[in-house]
Amino acid sequence: MKGIIRASTAIVIISAILFYAVHLLESSSATSGSGSISVYNWGEYIDPELISQFEEETGIQVIYETFDSNESMMTKIEQGGTSYDVAMPSEYAIEKMKENDLLLPIDQSKIPNLENIDPYFLDLPFDPGNEYSIPYFWGTVGIAYNPTLLEGQTFESWDDLWNPTLEQEVILVDSAREVIGMGLNSLGYSLNSTDLGELREATDKLKTLGPNVKAIIGDEIVEMMRREEAAVAVTWSGQAADMMWINEDIDYAVPEEGSNLWFDNMIIPSTAGNVDGAHQFINFMLDAEVAAQNADYVGYSSPNAAALELMDPEVTGDERFYPTEEMRDRLEVYENLGLEMLGVYNELFLEFKMDMEK
Amino acid sequence: MTNRSSRPWYLAPYYIWILLFVIAPIALVVYFSFLDLAGDFTLENYANFFSSTYFRMTLSSFWYAFLITFISVLIAYPTAYWLTKTKHKQLWLLLIIIPSWINLLLKAYAFIGIFGLYGPANQLIQFFGAGPLQILFTDFSFVFVAVYIFIPFMVLPIFNSLDKINPALIDASRDLGASQWTTFRRVIFPLAINGVKSGVQAVFIPALSLFVITRLIAGNKVITLGTAIEQQFLVTQNWGMGSTIAVFLILFMIIIMLLTGPKEKGGALNGKAK
Repeated sequence: MKGIIRASTAIVIISAILFYAVHLLESSSATSGSGSISVYNWGEYIDPELISQFEEETGIQVIYETFDSNESMMTKIEQGGTSYDVAMPSEYAIEKMKENDLLLPIDQSKIPNLENIDPYFLDLPFDPGNEYSIPYFWGTVGIAYNPTLLEGQTFESWDDLWNPTLEQEVILVDSAREVIGMGLNSLGYSLNSTDLGELREATDKLKTLGPNVKAIIGDEIVEMMRREEAAVAVTWSGQAADMMWINEDIDYAVPEEGSNLWFDNMIIPSTAGNVDGAHQFINFMLDAEVAAQNADYVGYSSPNAAALELMDPEVTGDERFYPTEEMRDRLEVYENLGLEMLGVYNELFLEFKMDMEK
Repeated sequence: MTNRSSRPWYLAPYYIWILLFVIAPIALVVYFSFLDLAGDFTLENYANFFSSTYFRMTLSSFWYAFLITFISVLIAYPTAYWLTKTKHKQLWLLLIIIPSWINLLLKAYAFIGIFGLYGPANQLIQFFGAGPLQILFTDFSFVFVAVYIFIPFMVLPIFNSLDKINPALIDASRDLGASQWTTFRRVIFPLAINGVKSGVQAVFIPALSLFVITRLIAGNKVITLGTAIEQQFLVTQNWGMGSTIAVFLILFMIIIMLLTGPKEKGGALNGKAK
């Protein structure tokens, strides 16, 4: 009994000391004048140096968290209990968050750097007048491939993925809309299709891709391609840029049947606690030099015209990552299809994973 | 003996705890399983569960969970038996337990490297003259990593029950002329069966709902009920369907607990053996 009492006293004392230490550390790091903001972003989607720079310039402490899908981000904000001040969802998620009253309007007078943005990316159908969102990055979905591991295959068409010589070589991104969308595109249908017949046809076609599929994974794709574990990956343009940064053999193509064009945007969730700080952060990210440094680090395409002028023309002139407006016309932006259809897409994606031909 | 009917007041916090954190969540899961996307009452989720996709998913989850548990027992039983015979029992036990302190994700990422085309596993294979094999993203790698992760949870209970057996019982069995095999079959095995049962519970049930390593190690080529629940909640936001799958998972768990639960006789025997 004596032993137990002694042990529990020791535990209580140690906990108290640890608690006090944490308190000390926290109060010493949060000495800033204007409080803090919390930023909720995709993984690997900002240059961490810029966060420190923002903290130094404004004295606002940044709490940084990441998510890995639009859906999980929305679920977390919708449930409340969080106080994210800035988040970076994609266009169809913004439409949906608007419907659900999860966004605060953005005061454009507080964001003078908005003039740096290429007008092509402003006033888009998902948010007319940019009332709720400010462009952050944009890109496409396409095929990253490593010609040194292949026997001269090229990828002008989605159908090239079905080539029997690619057995066990293709990695797909673990996301229902991208994969089902690719099936729809390969049949010439819209990737916003809500026609159950078309969706069924696309899923059945995808199942025949089974023997070529090596894996269906998330951010690990970049590492697999870098290390030449796989030769072909269906992925976002920015991930492809990440791969090419390390492994110069890798190339990227957007198939000619069309694909997805997407925009990620900065928004202020309705649960925000520091709206003023959020505006300051958004304005900071739009600064030409900051945006250029960020685009350099992240590898996705920047909508910031002033930043593009500061960047290496070899990068900004690369039509694989900065397709011309004419090329963009072949691409489609995701529409918010509603929960019901999202469920259908996911159900079909699950079925595809279960029934892939071995 | 204390009087059973008078419930002491100091048990109240435990009842509140159980009500709030065990009964209420399960009740909520059951409640949500009867709601559709719009929040109206429906039985559709249950009808959906018996559709071919989910039915086959359940079967394949059970098959993989069975494989993982079976291989774990095969490896853990001899290990635990051997452990009871060694000199530094606690040290060896610690060495087996330490890996379970490391985060599951870290272990999964480590295996991505080990099983990769240019990883150590393939270097070894090439050393013996075979070409590089695709190990990652196969059924084999999935079962291998799952067994690796679950082994400590199987070794511990089996070791505990084997270690508790009074050596005098084994001596007696030998003195009475039983062979080594008969001693094992008639004395050691029945006395340690409860350890195996708790080990099976600790492995089979989590194995049914594995979802992290189905993606990282099996590349989503193995789909378990856990994967489906995760997707329904986080991506599809269909809490109703996610809850329905969870209800079935809970039912399966109860069935397995009943099947492997301790029997009166075994408990008494073990008690005496102390």
